Amino acid sequence: MSFVEYSEIIQEGDVVIIFLGHESMMPIKVQSGAQTQTRYGVIRHSSDLIGQRFGSKVTCSKGGWVYVLHPTPELWTVNLPHRTQILYTTDIANITLMLELKPGSVVCESGTGSGSLSHSILRTIAPTGHLHTVEFHAQRAEKAMQEFKEHKVSHLVTVRNHDVCKDGFGTTAIADAVFLDIPSPWEAITHAKSAMKRKGGRLCSFSPCIEQVQRTCEALLDHGFEEICTLEVLLRVHDVRTVSLPLPDFGPEEGSVDSSQMASDVGQEEVPNTGNTSVICRTAKPPREMAGHTGYLTFATKPLN
Amino acid sequence: MAECVNDSDAEGRISYGDYVVLKRGDVFKSVQVENKKKVVFEKQWFFLDNAVGQLYGTRFEIEAGGSLKLKITILFSPVTDSKEAGQDNRHIVDDGRSQKLSRDDIETLKEQGLKGQEIVQQLIDNSTTFKDKTEFAQEKYIKKKKKKYESDITILKPSTRLLAMMYHGREPGKICHLRYDTLAQILTLGNIHAGSKIIVFETCAGLVLGSVMERMGGYGSVIQMYPGGGPTRAGMESFGFPSHFHETLHEFPLCKVNALLAGTLDLSEKDETSGVSEEKNSEHQSMEVSVDPQEEMRRAERERLREQRAQEKKVKMEEKRKKLASAAALLEGRNADGLVIASRFHPCPVLMGLLKFVAPSRPFVVYCQYREPLIECYTKLREQGGAISLRLTDSWLRHYQVLPNRTHPVLLMSGGGGYLLSGTTVAADAAKARNQHKSEEPVAKRLKLDKISSSCDSSA
Repeated sequence: MSFVEYSEIIQEGDVVIIFLGHESMMPIKVQSGAQTQTRYGVIRHSSDLIGQRFGSKVTCSKGGWVYVLHPTPELWTVNLPHRTQILYTTDIANITLMLELKPGSVVCESGTGSGSLSHSILRTIAPTGHLHTVEFHAQRAEKAMQEFKEHKVSHLVTVRNHDVCKDGFGTTAIADAVFLDIPSPWEAITHAKSAMKRKGGRLCSFSPCIEQVQRTCEALLDHGFEEICTLEVLLRVHDVRTVSLPLPDFGPEEGSVDSSQMASDVGQEEVPNTGNTSVICRTAKPPREMAGHTGYLTFATKPLN
Repeated sequence: MAECVNDSDAEGRISYGDYVVLKRGDVFKSVQVENKKKVVFEKQWFFLDNAVGQLYGTRFEIEAGGSLKLKITILFSPVTDSKEAGQDNRHIVDDGRSQKLSRDDIETLKEQGLKGQEIVQQLIDNSTTFKDKTEFAQEKYIKKKKKKYESDITILKPSTRLLAMMYHGREPGKICHLRYDTLAQILTLGNIHAGSKIIVFETCAGLVLGSVMERMGGYGSVIQMYPGGGPTRAGMESFGFPSHFHETLHEFPLCKVNALLAGTLDLSEKDETSGVSEEKNSEHQSMEVSVDPQEEMRRAERERLREQRAQEKKVKMEEKRKKLASAAALLEGRNADGLVIASRFHPCPVLMGLLKFVAPSRPFVVYCQYREPLIECYTKLREQGGAISLRLTDSWLRHYQVLPNRTHPVLLMSGGGGYLLSGTTVAADAAKARNQHKSEEPVAKRLKLDKISSSCDSSA
């Protein structure tokens, strides 16, 4: 197992994702002799996990079952321990496309935060790219390094613990792309520019507040960046449901329109013999609430020198 | 700036045969660089020959005659009379007569060889209302004129971003109206990365295929399933991948999927000579008739050509058979790492058929321009089992204009970018029971439906 390469069989030391049911998952580290408690009972790592195929069903001690999944950056994003507010898959997907990331890309990122985006970048740039990530909080930087090691991706990443606005990314003229998710991105634009390759590159800044966006766009313009573009993207989930809608009773009518006629008027199948007839609709409805804002994404191109 | 660009310099320079993306403002076009070939883009025509040898990302201006010339970047700020501007538009009357230069005048200026920025300056100087406009309105006016008269183009290396935006802007019908942010979701949700084995079925002109290949970087393999005569790859070619990428690309016809699943797919070598011998016989018969030497020569020539064509056909058939066999070998193991579907075909049967080739604990993503077919897929998968974390989604995208005191969302926004159904495969056994147990419908509703169906049964 690694976050950048699939494998088939679960081994000691792997990080796996236990799927318990709808919207309920948890990551565990597989260790010989260890046990994990779940609401369906105990999972014994040695007998239930090690040597099993990813995707198998595992029966727990109380009789219920779970699935064991191969980790992916997307699964990690929804299961990782938060040390900061994180970026979710919708924004991550757009950042990846708009920064033109692919195997071999060299990326500079700050702040590392909880490593949600970092894992996704690493997956995309493997096996020949590199991620330089800067985090000004000492413990978070340390935790990130630990996780990258556990997830078998540390050969692809360098974590630096300093302030990117003061000291830059620690490298110059090597990055194809720079990503900023910091409180004052306009203070890091000069460093971002110098970290990028001379032939040019892409930049992205993520900010929750429009005032931050305005100051960042101004700084980008001043530094000669082009194609400056700010957008936001939100995911809408459609909950698939089968619903039963009752038909009204207008009372008896001449030339008797019966309920089956009414049902076919509505274009649906009728549910027979239920007294007050109903029709079944297979449809999808939006959830009651949805994420309305995560942050604004500002993209720009550093032109050829 | 005498130092050379160290990072893979050769890769960074435009060459003949390269596929490039031309950019003017927000408009893109994909073309191939060919010797003395006329290119038409944004109402201008030109030749790309002068671009060869230059670095990607270089800006050019188009000279009279269609040759490209390197653009020297001088940041142009048009000179406005002592920054004179109005406070608001209460006295400005739009009678269409404020610009003193006529269309003919402007054409004359163009013919005289005036550069774009000089024309913009002329327009400002000859506008009676310019000085009355507010500063913001002046900026907007200049921006608009620049866009029209400055005809610089930039030559870029193709990427998913550029091609997806180009297709969506120019020919969305060719890509089933797949918006670029939805494509972004597909690539990420599908965990497309180097070294995996991905099955792709698309009718998006090859754009989706190309973007999957870009994310795989030439590592691993991609099996393109195709519906009819042959796979569509035009959009993929526009990416300009190095030749070794093509070695990772396989194709397999849908019409042979059932045979492959049943284990009855015939991959043996066939003897194609029967057709040829028939032709030989008829030729042999006519040989009896004429003895004219000229005729003889021509007949011999025809014979030779016929044999040559038959031979070529044989070679082609063999190649095709080999390709089929190699794709079949990749699929047979039923251990693909992912599945991407984006087509005009009804997704349900495609998905149910192709999922069988995917290993457990792997993601799959289905794109459809419409929602209902994906609702059907969702329902079918719930019944059948073998998939978890099913999600039907679409994304909402909005661009912003960010300017001091003028920041707001852009006036026109995309109405929709298509829908996605995503999920993860799991080992198929007993999954059905699992899904009923973990049904997502609230308990009360399920009871009511059960009551309805049970009362149907009882009255039968």
